[in-house]
Amino acid sequence: MEVVDLVPPELKNNVVVTSVDALFKWARSNSIWPLSSGLACCAIEMMSTAAARFDLARFGYEVFRPCPRQSDLLIVAGTLTWKMAPPLIRLYEEMPEPKYVIAMGSCAIAGGPFADSYSVVPGIDEVLPVDVYIPGCPPRPEALIDGMLKLREKIQHPERVEKTKEQVANG
Amino acid sequence: MHNGILLTAAGWIRDILTFLFGNELLVNILMTLVGIGAIISVILTSAIVFTYAERKVCAFMQVRIGPNRVGGRFGLLQPVADMLKLMSKEDIIPNGCDRVVWSLSPMLLFVPSALIYSFFPFDDGAILADVNVGLFLLLAISSQAVLPFLMGGYASNSKYAMIGGMRTVAQMLSYEAPMAFSLIGVVMLTGSMKMSAIVEAQATHTWFVLLQPIAFVIYLITATAETNRTPFDLVEDESEIVAGPFTEYSGMRWALFFLAEYANLLSISILTTTLFLGGWHGPVLPGAVWFWLKVLVMIFVFMWFRWTFPRTRIDQMLSFSWKVLLPLALVNMLLTGVGIYLYQSLC
Repeated sequence: MEVVDLVPPELKNNVVVTSVDALFKWARSNSIWPLSSGLACCAIEMMSTAAARFDLARFGYEVFRPCPRQSDLLIVAGTLTWKMAPPLIRLYEEMPEPKYVIAMGSCAIAGGPFADSYSVVPGIDEVLPVDVYIPGCPPRPEALIDGMLKLREKIQHPERVEKTKEQVANG
Repeated sequence: MHNGILLTAAGWIRDILTFLFGNELLVNILMTLVGIGAIISVILTSAIVFTYAERKVCAFMQVRIGPNRVGGRFGLLQPVADMLKLMSKEDIIPNGCDRVVWSLSPMLLFVPSALIYSFFPFDDGAILADVNVGLFLLLAISSQAVLPFLMGGYASNSKYAMIGGMRTVAQMLSYEAPMAFSLIGVVMLTGSMKMSAIVEAQATHTWFVLLQPIAFVIYLITATAETNRTPFDLVEDESEIVAGPFTEYSGMRWALFFLAEYANLLSISILTTTLFLGGWHGPVLPGAVWFWLKVLVMIFVFMWFRWTFPRTRIDQMLSFSWKVLLPLALVNMLLTGVGIYLYQSLC
C-alpha cells in the first residue's frame, strides 16, 4: 500500500504525494528489521550473517527484534513443518504493515529434501506471501545479504517487479 | 568569575526579546519557554545521535563495521531512516487491552525522564530550577518512571508484558535504595542538596570520584540497572519474556519508549558528571564544552558495559542489590561520616 493509492481518483490531478512516497520508500528499504526467528540450520547462516565476518549491520538490517510487533521482515530460515505452520502464520499476522517475507533455503522454497514428506510444508508460499526466494542448502550469508538487497530494490522500485512478472507471463 | 557561554547566549536572547517586547514579565516567561525548548531539543537530538552511536560502538566491540551505506560512508542517515520507517508503520492496538492506560503509558514514561533535566547544571548558572532540595527532588521524580512500565505491561493483556512490567517494578525499586544511599555520601560532603552547590564543592575541593570511590562504583552499577541496560536489561529480556512491557507496542508508540530510554541514558550520564566528575568545571576550555566531554565519556562507558557483560538472572540481580550493594552503601555512609568528623577535628 502506497500513499499514492490513498488519494481518490478525482483528486489525482490536484494532489502531489510523490516526494512523501519516495521518502518513505527510502526509509522502509533502508531500515528493515528482521524478526529473530529461525526454524532449522538456515538460521545458523542467518546468525552468521549478522556476525563479524559478514556484518549485515553495514546496510542497517542488523536490528533483529525479538517481538513481531516491532519487526518488518520475517526470514523463514529452515524447514517449516505443518505442526510449526500455525505459530509462524500467527507471527506473520502479528507484524505491523508494511511487512515482508523472505524464504531462505530449499526447504522454505519447496520443501527441499523433505518435499515428499507428510509432515513438511512443500514451500512456505503455500501459507505465506513470499517476497524474495533465496536458493541454497543452506544459502551462504552472502546470498542472504543479496536477498535482502533484492528486497530493498523491490521496496524502492515496485514497478520493476511488475515489469518482470509481465515478462515472465509473456514468455 | 566570567559567565559561561550558555549564560552569555541566554543573555543575548534576553536582550533581543527585551528589544522586541519590552515587557519584563513577558520576557521572563518567554525565556523559560526558550530554556524548555532547548532541553527538549537536546533530548530529541540525543536520542537520534545515541541510536547511531550505540550501533557503531556495538559494531566496533564485536569487530564489525556498523552502518556504512545509508547516507555517506559513515551511515549517518541510518537513524533518520529508522525514525521515518517507525513513523510509517501500522499502529496496532491489541484486542482486549485497556486502551486509555495502554496508550498513556509511553507518553507518561517520557514525562519524568524529561522533567529531571531541569535540575542539571549544564554550565555556570545554566540551570533551569536550582532548588535547594535538587538531588532529592531529582531522585523522587526519576523513580516515577516505574509506574508507566507497570501500566504498559498490565494494560497490554499479554502474559509476557505483565511479567515484564512486574519485573521492572521489582528491579527499579530495589536499585533505587542503594542509589539513594550511595548519593548520601556526596550530600554529606557538600552539606547541601542543591545541584549548583555540589558542583561548587567539587571545584573548591576535588572531584567526588576521588573522595567517594565506593559510592561512585555503587552509583554506576545502580544507574545501569535504573536505565535497564545490560547486564541488567531484564525488562526486555528477549530470551525469556519476548520484549517485556513493550511486547504489544508497535511503530511510534514503541519509539516513544525507545526515546525515553535514551533520555534516561543521557540524564544518568549527566548526573554522574555533575555528582562525581566535577560538573562543568575544567581548565582552559569553556564550561559547556567540558560538561559535554565528560557526559560523552560517561555515555561511552555505559555503552561499553552494555556490549561487554552478559545478562544476569533476575534472582541474582535482586539479591545482589539487597545483600551486597545496600550494606556497602550503608558502610560507605559510616566511613564518610567518620572521615568528615576526623577531618573537622584535625584541621
